[in-house]
Amino acid sequence: MSLCAWSNAIVKHMNNATIDPTPTDWNGVVMQKRIAKRYAAERRFKAMGFFAVALSTLFLAFLLFTMLGQGLRGFQRTEIAVEFDFPALTSGATAASITGPNADTTLNSMDIPGIVELAVSQQYGEQGGELLTSAAAANVRQKLADNPQLVTAKQTLWLPADSRLDVAYKRAGEPAAEKTVATLEQKDALRSGFNWTFLTGADATDPSAVGIWAAFKGSLMTMAITLLLAFPIGVFAALYLEEYAPKNKLTDMIEVSINNLAAVPSIIFGLLGLAVFLTMFGMPRSSALVGGLTLALMTMPVIVIAGRNAVKSVPPSIREAALGIGASPVQVVFHHVLPLALPGILTGTIIGMARALGETAPLLMIGMRAFIPSAPQGFTDAATALPVQIYLWSDEVNQGFVEKTSAAIIVLLIFLLGMNALAIYLRNRFETRW
Amino acid sequence: MTGTALLFLVLGLGLVAWIVGRARAATFVRAAKGGPRGQVNSLPSYHGWFVAVCAVVPAVLFMFIWQSVSPALVTNMVLSAPVASDLPQDGFSRAAILSEARAIAQGLQTTAFQAQSEKLAPLYKDALSYYSWIGMAGTLVLLFAGGAFAFTRLKPDFRARNKVERLVMLGLLFASLLAIITTLGIFASLIFESYQFFSMVSPFEFLFGTDWNPKSVVTPGANNGYGAIPLFWGTIFIGAIIAMLVAIPLGLMSAIFLTQYASTNVRKWMKPILEILAGVPTVVYGYFAALTVAPAIRDFAVMLGVSNAASDNALAAGIVMGVMIIPLVSSMSDDSIAAVPNAMRDGSLAMGATKSETIKQVLLPAALPGVVGGVLLAVSRAIGETMIVVMAAGYTANLTANPFDTITTVTVQIVALLTGDQDFGSPHTLAAFALGLALFVTTFFLNYVALRVVKRYREAYE
Repeated sequence: MSLCAWSNAIVKHMNNATIDPTPTDWNGVVMQKRIAKRYAAERRFKAMGFFAVALSTLFLAFLLFTMLGQGLRGFQRTEIAVEFDFPALTSGATAASITGPNADTTLNSMDIPGIVELAVSQQYGEQGGELLTSAAAANVRQKLADNPQLVTAKQTLWLPADSRLDVAYKRAGEPAAEKTVATLEQKDALRSGFNWTFLTGADATDPSAVGIWAAFKGSLMTMAITLLLAFPIGVFAALYLEEYAPKNKLTDMIEVSINNLAAVPSIIFGLLGLAVFLTMFGMPRSSALVGGLTLALMTMPVIVIAGRNAVKSVPPSIREAALGIGASPVQVVFHHVLPLALPGILTGTIIGMARALGETAPLLMIGMRAFIPSAPQGFTDAATALPVQIYLWSDEVNQGFVEKTSAAIIVLLIFLLGMNALAIYLRNRFETRW
Repeated sequence: MTGTALLFLVLGLGLVAWIVGRARAATFVRAAKGGPRGQVNSLPSYHGWFVAVCAVVPAVLFMFIWQSVSPALVTNMVLSAPVASDLPQDGFSRAAILSEARAIAQGLQTTAFQAQSEKLAPLYKDALSYYSWIGMAGTLVLLFAGGAFAFTRLKPDFRARNKVERLVMLGLLFASLLAIITTLGIFASLIFESYQFFSMVSPFEFLFGTDWNPKSVVTPGANNGYGAIPLFWGTIFIGAIIAMLVAIPLGLMSAIFLTQYASTNVRKWMKPILEILAGVPTVVYGYFAALTVAPAIRDFAVMLGVSNAASDNALAAGIVMGVMIIPLVSSMSDDSIAAVPNAMRDGSLAMGATKSETIKQVLLPAALPGVVGGVLLAVSRAIGETMIVVMAAGYTANLTANPFDTITTVTVQIVALLTGDQDFGSPHTLAAFALGLALFVTTFFLNYVALRVVKRYREAYE
């Protein structure tokens, strides 16, 4: 239809239409119904939005409560009272013989596992040895070393129970274990205690003897390497891109690379670490060093992006004033811009580090999934990290590991929450509005 | 001496160099006071930095180069010894003996499992200490030479500040270039390993085959069970379909509610709570999905009468992944809705439209490109997600659209292929890199398109 025909049609239409001179009757039944319908739609839409937020929050609450409900039990352990007639069992060891410089050798020669087994079977029958966890002997040894006076008399020691009993005492376990628990409870020989081993120990095959310290230390060492590399490099790159970079192809390429790296799946960084650090450079497998390097590559773009925003928010007047009184461009940035941008950079860094702390997949790729029975001593020792330890325990068939996994998750979440809270505090405390 | 100790020694000597350089410049300053020659060009600390940098940087560079070169030199020296001549010719067992001998020599291992490695161990020990001494001596010589060279150049009119600042700029540039180097490193390593993989298994089988059952010994030309279509489908089904069915409605509606309806107080509290969802580590989500969600869904499916419901079903992994993505979709939608000019919203409201009509008919259509960009980013995040699917989805490749069945994804298979005890050149390991390349290219493409769309959209309203 041409423009002319179109306007003709309008004119024709206007001529034909009978214009109703009365205004719309908003109070009429039809109009009121229509408005009510529209308002109902409005309420429905608002309710849908509320529902979406509520559902997300509920999911988070459900997740946290599930973890708390299971995990708090992981910090407890079941202990069994075992009576030790030390003078008879140790054939007359004295307090003096297990103190001083020779204490270790004397304790080693005492065959403590045998003593424990003997004491338990005297008290609870032939099957008694299966009541206690495999770490019970080490526990007794530690108690003797701490307090040599124990050895001179009859003592009742509370020792950690085997994981089957532990599970049965806390909730429903295997029928056989439930029966044992019932008999022990009649004798008043069971109690719950705080599981210090869980905070100080390392991985073990027996869930009642596991601890997270080794994994946690591995995480700390990995994070130390990550921070040491990613922070300076990230800050330098942010300063260069914001303050000095000329507008050219190279700068564009750097920007594209950084934006892309920030969105690359973390598992790809694991593949890079495997191919480059392990295979090409021959660095030690499953070490905190390689883990830290890999996570540093992953964290660096996050710090660069946060750093650029922080540097950008420093007003140009600061730079101009510094230049005006004769500072060189490098002095302007390092003496004036960087200190002002530092709180923002630190906030971004902490958030990036929190992400790295929870990261699992790249560490699996570089072999940090080994069984680590003792805490790593150096950066090149085989180590594991807290999230990887959670993954490994979640794979275990033994029921006792369920609560340990959740307990480890609680520890990890507490640290992440702490880091995020620190970031928020820093932002609120030091953020300057220009 | 270990590498760490040497590094600390070098840094300590660097500090000494800084002090010496600074002290030297301080004498210039004293001499210049009241003298005829005027002022010293740079502050004393710049002289100190100049000497320290000239001493430390070449030494540290040499240290790292030596660290990567010396293992090969050590192995050569051991192999050239007469004892090494009766080593097996077969490359694999030879490498095993050598690595064991090396472990014994370094004190990592105490007993030898192979007789020959015990004989080689002392040789290794000698070679290791010989080359580590050379490395140490080289490092220290470079350090002192660099420091001495810099020290002789110090003069009252020496432009130490300009030199140091040029070095600082070089350092900054290098830090920025690391991003490019990392990207290229990822690309090169993936391409290189994938090339080796495709020389064993045909790319045609990999890209279009429907049978995923990787064999550890491959025969060229035959079907080796490396058909990745079931994995691609599983990744798309879990990450781009199920997860998005959860994340898009919930994320978008949360964003709308929080920006358009909620009071300031509610928004102040609810936004951080939603952000927590993004901060929970994926291993926690995975554990939750495997332990709580998946059994519940299986029971539900059995109740519905689905007979073959698996305990590692696709639905559990997808739903939990969707929840993880909610904050990402929500914040991207939030940004793009906020970018719509207020005049458009006010105009619609002034015409008598209700809030929901304004949102549905004005704000959302205007914000659509931004929302779509956010969804693309979310998809790229979901298909690269590893731990949730590793723990909650299955390991069996399955070409099915039944959400209650077990389905595997690309990332699950990468983990599965690499966590066995394979040596690096095996087709299993290389296949993981080929899958990684596919994943990298896909996410790169999605991110690129998403960022372009979002940027275009922002510019349209500025």
